[in-house]
Amino acid sequence: MTLASWLREYFSPHEVIDTSAKISDEVKFTTCYMCAGRCGIKVHLKGGGIRYIEGNPDHPVNRGVICGKGASGIMQQRSPAKLKRPLKRAGERGSGEFREIEWDEAITTAVEWLSSIRATDPKKLAFFTGRDQSQSLTGYWAAQFGTPNFAAHGGFCSVNMAAAGMYTLGGSFWEFGEPDWDRTRFFMMFGVAEDHDSNPIKIALSGLRRRGAKFVSVNPVRTGYSAIADEWVGIRPGTDGLFVLAVVHELLKAEKIDLDYLGRYTNAGWLVIQAPGAGDDGLFARNEAGEPLVLEAGGSLAGGMTAGVSARLVGDAVLPDGRRAVPVFQLLAERYLDPSYAPEAVAEACGIPAATIRRLAGEMARAAFEEEIELAVGWTDWAGRRHESIRGRPVSIHAMRGISAHSNGFQTCRALHLLQILLGTIDVPGGWRYKSPHPKPTPPGPKPAGRREQIAPGKPLAGSPLGYPLSPEDLIIDAEGHPLRIDKAFSWDAPIAAHGLMHMVITNAWRGDPYPIDTLLMYMANMAWNSAMNSAETTRMLTDKDPTSGEYRIPRIIYSDAYYSEMVAYADLVLPDTTYLERWDCISLLDRPIGSPDGPADSIRQPVLAPDRDVRPFQDVLIELGARLGLPGFISPEGGPRYPGGYSDYIVNHERRPGVGPLAGWRGADGEYSGRGAPNPRQLERYVANGCFWKHELPDGQRYFKHANKDYLETAVSMGLIDKPEPVVLQLYVEPLQRFRLAAQGHGTILPPETHRERIAAYFDPLPFWYTPFEEARVDCGTFPLHALTQRPMQMYHSWHSQNAWLRQILGSNRLFLNRALGRALGLAEEDWVWLSSHHGRIRVPTRLMDGVNPDVVWTWNAIGKRAGAWNLDPDSPEFRQGFLLNHLISELLPPDGSYAHANADPITGQAAWYDLRVRVDRATAHEAGTTAPSFRKLAHPVSLGRAPAILRYFSGDDHEEQFS
Amino acid sequence: MHPALSIIFFTTSAGAGFALMILLGIGVPLGLLPPERGFGFAALAIAVMLAAGGLASSASHLGRPERAWRAFSQWRSSWLSREGVFAVLTFLPAAVFGIGWIFFGATGGLVGLCGVLAAASALATIYCTGMIYASLKPIHQWHNSWVVPNYFALGLMSGFLVLDFLVRLWSARPSGTSLLTLIVVLAGWWMKERYWRFIDTTSARTTPATATLLGSRGRVRMLEPPHTEENYLLKEMGFRVARKHRVRLRWIARLAGFGLPALLTVVALAFGGVVGTVAAGLAVASAALGLISERWLFFAEAKHTVTLYYGADAV
Amino acid sequence: MTMLPDPRPGQKKLGLVIDLDICVGCHACATACKEWNASGHMGPLPDFNPYGNDAWGVWFNRIHSFEEGEGAGARTVYFPKSCLHCEEPACVTVCPTGASYKRAEDGIVLVNEAVCIGCRLCAWACPYGAREFDADEGVMKKCTLCIDRIYNENLAPEDRQPACVAVCPVNARHFGDLGDPHSGVSQIVAERRGGDLMAELDYKPVNKYLPPRSARMAPTQAAADDTAAPGDPESPGNRLLSWVDRLLSR
Ligand SMILES: Nc1nc2c(c(=O)[nH]1)N[C@H]1C(S)=C(S)[C@@H](COP(=O)(O)OP(=O)(O)OC[C@H]3O[C@@H](n4cnc5c(=O)[nH]c(N)nc54)[C@H](O)[C@@H]3O)O[C@H]1N2
Ligand SMILES: Nc1nc2c(c(=O)[nH]1)N[C@H]1C(S)=C(S)[C@@H](COP(=O)(O)OP(=O)(O)OC[C@H]3O[C@@H](n4cnc5c(=O)[nH]c(N)nc54)[C@H](O)[C@@H]3O)O[C@H]1N2
Ligand code: SF4
Ligand code: SF4
Ligand code: SF4
Ligand code: SF4
Ligand code: SF4
Ligand SMILES: [Mo]
Repeated sequence: MTLASWLREYFSPHEVIDTSAKISDEVKFTTCYMCAGRCGIKVHLKGGGIRYIEGNPDHPVNRGVICGKGASGIMQQRSPAKLKRPLKRAGERGSGEFREIEWDEAITTAVEWLSSIRATDPKKLAFFTGRDQSQSLTGYWAAQFGTPNFAAHGGFCSVNMAAAGMYTLGGSFWEFGEPDWDRTRFFMMFGVAEDHDSNPIKIALSGLRRRGAKFVSVNPVRTGYSAIADEWVGIRPGTDGLFVLAVVHELLKAEKIDLDYLGRYTNAGWLVIQAPGAGDDGLFARNEAGEPLVLEAGGSLAGGMTAGVSARLVGDAVLPDGRRAVPVFQLLAERYLDPSYAPEAVAEACGIPAATIRRLAGEMARAAFEEEIELAVGWTDWAGRRHESIRGRPVSIHAMRGISAHSNGFQTCRALHLLQILLGTIDVPGGWRYKSPHPKPTPPGPKPAGRREQIAPGKPLAGSPLGYPLSPEDLIIDAEGHPLRIDKAFSWDAPIAAHGLMHMVITNAWRGDPYPIDTLLMYMANMAWNSAMNSAETTRMLTDKDPTSGEYRIPRIIYSDAYYSEMVAYADLVLPDTTYLERWDCISLLDRPIGSPDGPADSIRQPVLAPDRDVRPFQDVLIELGARLGLPGFISPEGGPRYPGGYSDYIVNHERRPGVGPLAGWRGADGEYSGRGAPNPRQLERYVANGCFWKHELPDGQRYFKHANKDYLETAVSMGLIDKPEPVVLQLYVEPLQRFRLAAQGHGTILPPETHRERIAAYFDPLPFWYTPFEEARVDCGTFPLHALTQRPMQMYHSWHSQNAWLRQILGSNRLFLNRALGRALGLAEEDWVWLSSHHGRIRVPTRLMDGVNPDVVWTWNAIGKRAGAWNLDPDSPEFRQGFLLNHLISELLPPDGSYAHANADPITGQAAWYDLRVRVDRATAHEAGTTAPSFRKLAHPVSLGRAPAILRYFSGDDHEEQFS
Repeated sequence: MHPALSIIFFTTSAGAGFALMILLGIGVPLGLLPPERGFGFAALAIAVMLAAGGLASSASHLGRPERAWRAFSQWRSSWLSREGVFAVLTFLPAAVFGIGWIFFGATGGLVGLCGVLAAASALATIYCTGMIYASLKPIHQWHNSWVVPNYFALGLMSGFLVLDFLVRLWSARPSGTSLLTLIVVLAGWWMKERYWRFIDTTSARTTPATATLLGSRGRVRMLEPPHTEENYLLKEMGFRVARKHRVRLRWIARLAGFGLPALLTVVALAFGGVVGTVAAGLAVASAALGLISERWLFFAEAKHTVTLYYGADAV
Repeated sequence: MTMLPDPRPGQKKLGLVIDLDICVGCHACATACKEWNASGHMGPLPDFNPYGNDAWGVWFNRIHSFEEGEGAGARTVYFPKSCLHCEEPACVTVCPTGASYKRAEDGIVLVNEAVCIGCRLCAWACPYGAREFDADEGVMKKCTLCIDRIYNENLAPEDRQPACVAVCPVNARHFGDLGDPHSGVSQIVAERRGGDLMAELDYKPVNKYLPPRSARMAPTQAAADDTAAPGDPESPGNRLLSWVDRLLSR
């Protein structure tokens, strides 16, 4: 270098930048699992590690974008909390003291425990799974094992949404439908913070705002999506039913309802028997063929399913037996026109001015009836009538846990569907659309299996343990009416608990109510912490021993997790799972599919990295256990393992019904069939080549009115999505509910016990109604004047992400948010500490003040607080010291009132009522401030976890320079 | 702003060193100070030690001190670079001046000229130091017309205090330096009080509203920080000093930095001799303590606009 | 060199436009930025105490959140912030070493890590807090506007945009040449009256922010004509009568 060039470089240093650096050695497509959103991702690999993860632009779910979690996948893969080998409990339960064992020993132990249960009393195995996306496998396995005690997380999650939708529409808000995002003009969102459709909702909201469609968010808290809404309606929790039915009242009064739609697609005209005291009062009047009857113009009765029939909306019909019957619409109108449903009557309870309710009803009506959409696309309805265009009313709704997590959530969700139907907005352009494989028939099927006669040692169950009861005959109860399932699902406690009651399993098992179990097998559910109500007590139950025998009351716990979560410490046997980038997975149409309104779709996960530790995909383990236990579905005719290749083998070769398997794409020997077809040995290759997903685009004429669209219904049958090409009639009036109610009134042979009658009679109303959430009704609202809620933070998934070095920087501890006016009244400043108490307990937490929250509400981010020692975090981490859970305040049982101890849940579905929580806030003293209470004993540290590094310098998987503390 | 000890030490120590250099470089050629070689050795050694020690301390603040040599290159735009250039430049004439004076007893002619040059360069160094702060628009408490004069005044004051002590130590006879010192100390005090008044009564034009373009609906305030724990920006720029400490530290700065040195200088003037020398020495020590707390406050009370994004209502 | 490039007419000014009207605060752009840049031109971006107390790290993009207004009229606004690639960036001119510089060709402000002495003065000079000190390597880092993506020939042309822009699920971030008045970004800025943060400091940021649409909370006109007036004297029974002769045809 010459002096001149040195000087030049000294005075004007010049940087050479490689603007076209090589990005990756290899790109692999798979499906994200930083949450249950199922977005398609492209994983760029470089230098043996991950360079970058981005969205797959072709993927139907996320169209190229990913969320804050998805983009932090690298740190999930590098989490120091990853379990490294199987563990067997060495100390007391809950201590976290383990012995590391080999897989051989792990599997043999499990087989030993499970085979004796199966041989004697299979229901003594309770198998419950959490966030997994292989419920069609796990449910099938449970059925093969012969235990009815199976469910996934839906029972504490959103079964209210699923059940209300399935009984009303044959589809539901919860992942099974979505607004017609591109066409809707008026969109109302109820109680959503993030939801499973994280990216699709965001993409859609952005489109709405750009198009100038109106977006109203009904939510006590103004954050996230609500922040960008045109209008925020800061409702008081648990009162949405009142609000929605007041809107219905207004629409009925103004006659802004779509009568044509009601006639063609709903049961509005069906006659309901009016015979108080009779065993069929409130059921539909039917002809001999079982077809519901309608009252024709001339006053005669006709079959309500017949094409072309004209039915009266209002009017008394006289049935052949002389009894009276009236159309559903009449009952409905009579009820909701009552002044008790007027905006003025509900405004105060909802915290929404009557004028606002009235205006919103008007806006909805205007969008529906004055901005009608017509698409120049021909279609054929169920009766074979050809229509030259598709008409739609551009009003749509989406709702989630702000509705479902209340004890009145089922009926509130029904009210939302009622409103949608009255406006004629179900599966129409601009309205709300079914996502394939929905719609399913109404009333829904199948029924749950697990009745006494269906359980026998060594035998599989006769069907799926979960399903949809339509009458008391379908309940899973014994002759005395007592529950037969450990979670009491499908009993009189929660008759249509379509997803089970996972939050009651541990309590019931500990009490031995209805019976003691032997083994609790859990997968991907942090039940000792954030998914438990009453977490502290739950962990006590998990560790409680019977004083006479010295045995744990829940004798054995097997758990599969991929990370060192709180729950791991409570297992006797830990089966370490792979991460989402290390295994095959299948997001199946039989489970929670990724179908869109424009057609069915499913997807897979493929291993993009090899595990660097001694872990196995839980599905592989389950399939191996199935074979070792000799479960019929898992052994070959010769008695060997049926799927020796593990889960990928099962995905390709398992058939649920002939031609229908886990994946719908590229079936048939050459991949020539969609939906139905013989297994294709090269199916996974085809998926991988297509970016790990399959989708079928419906032709334009099949995209709307799917519930009554002949061509669609036939396609759905041919693809195996439904069994019969029959129209799905929307159920304004849900007859099965009346059947339960009649039983409560003493009709029929299967009657609820006395303790339950009043309750069943009250809540199983076939038309939606509102009632005060149970906790609010039982506690003294003077003592507990506030509602307490949680919200999902967009960048954290439940308990998963405190181990993620990037995400925990964003949210490392949570605060209790209070309305500024409330804070002022309590003399609180930012970051002051308070005691938050409920009827059940109290916690000490730091606060923050905000304006955008209903004045009667306090809230916090969900699942940020952690237990010391878990997740391989330092014991002085903020998650332990300043983070907290509301779960300690939430009891799994209702506040006692001297009667039967009911679950803190919806009386119809058993959905956990997380958001019914009532609290009070009291200032903490100065010396109490600084750390949250309660705090728990630190969990021990399994050796194989190693120590977390003190500095991370991640660079394309190259971690040789990492420092360890 | 986070009061980093290395920087506090740097500005106080280098300020005194360069100021002493100014006084020697001008005062000696003009014959206003003792011309003795021993005095020259002591005074220059102290000036150099203070200046170089300060510079070394500032280098320790660097993330990559081994690359400090690069800091002289951007004098065309950077006050920090200019400061570095002048600081180093000062040592060249100062060396000639020192050698001439100490080894050859020369204080006039070329040696004297070098003294003047060193003084000029030292003056420029202090100016640049002041400008480093005064040029930073994001910090209202620095970006104002009081900062550079303050730097001069406080630098000169510390230089004078040291000088007065040395002069007394050397010749133990009353000198004009004490009177000047007293004047400079009082001027520095006045200047500092004006500065404090300025920052107490004004705040930046930049507000949460201008920082975010929000505010059409009313007051803008942070809901949640982007990250739960403090990041680099907050650790460095988000330093907040409690009002209680601020008031206390200002009193320390007032009393130790100005009041006591002024009083001790009066004592020195009045008594002379050993008492005077001791008083002048104590004045230096007291001023050092006072100036360190003054400098600490100079950082601690400075509010960076970035804090508006992290919950500050005003800067 | 820390002298700013001479302004030229038609100067290319690459930058971002951020739409405060639709940002939902999801942090995707923050983590996507971290992820891309961890192994990118300025990588690694270290994290300190990543699994303990006081976890912090180098991030080029962070999502702030604010509330404006009082009571029920208050609005929540999410506010992503990264380097604004100012036209008058004092972060550059204060740099004593020449490590900090503004590119003449596109206006991107960068740090040459090989030259930086870690004096942090540039961080003091940036009013927006867009400079990130890597305490591990002792050098300053910052948003590069994804210089290793936007010109990267190994990427498909449609992917040659910053990671934070590509990832944003609500499309609240736009990338382009703000020096060209006809570019897409310039047009959005004009249309939506995008503005400068801390304009009074005269750093002339290239990145622009689109303020939340002011009318968005304004209720649309009440629809009195659509529904009956309040306190309608008609009883439900009378209302039912009006439906008696209507038919639902299937
Ligand atoms: N207060 C309050 N409590 C709530 C809620 C609320 O809103 N408020 N929401 C409720 C709802 S809706 C739900 S769904 C639940 C969710 O609660 P959980 O179902 O308990 O969900 P996670 O916390 O996600 O825990 C799942 C476990 O899966 C583990 N895991 C992650 N990845 C893998 C993997 O690849 N393999 C295996 N085997 N394990 C893995 C994690 O380490 C973690 O231990 O929380 C409920 N609890
Ligand atoms: N990032 C992220 N995404 C997730 C998850 C996660 O943990 N993190 N979890 C996934 C899971 S398991 C689920 S179940 C879904 C849940 O998705 P969401 O339904 O979006 O979940 P929540 O956070 O429970 O949001 C409930 C919202 O309802 C509001 N709310 C509470 N009570 C009421 C009420 O009475 N009325 C009204 N109108 N609003 C009310 C709350 O303020 C909150 O905004 O999200 C899924 N997606
Ligand atoms: S929403 Fe985010 S975390 Fe969930 S699957 Fe999609 S990208 Fe992954
Ligand atoms: S935002 Fe800050 S770092 Fe970026 S160019 Fe402007 S002044 Fe420099
Ligand atoms: S830290 Fe580096 S880039 Fe910043 S001013 Fe100092 S030398 Fe320049
Ligand atoms: S442009 Fe690139 S470096 Fe800058 S904030 Fe966006 S992703 Fe980060
Ligand atoms: S990705 Fe988009 S919506 Fe999410 S925080 Fe960034 S700018 Fe906002
Ligand atoms: Mo959930």
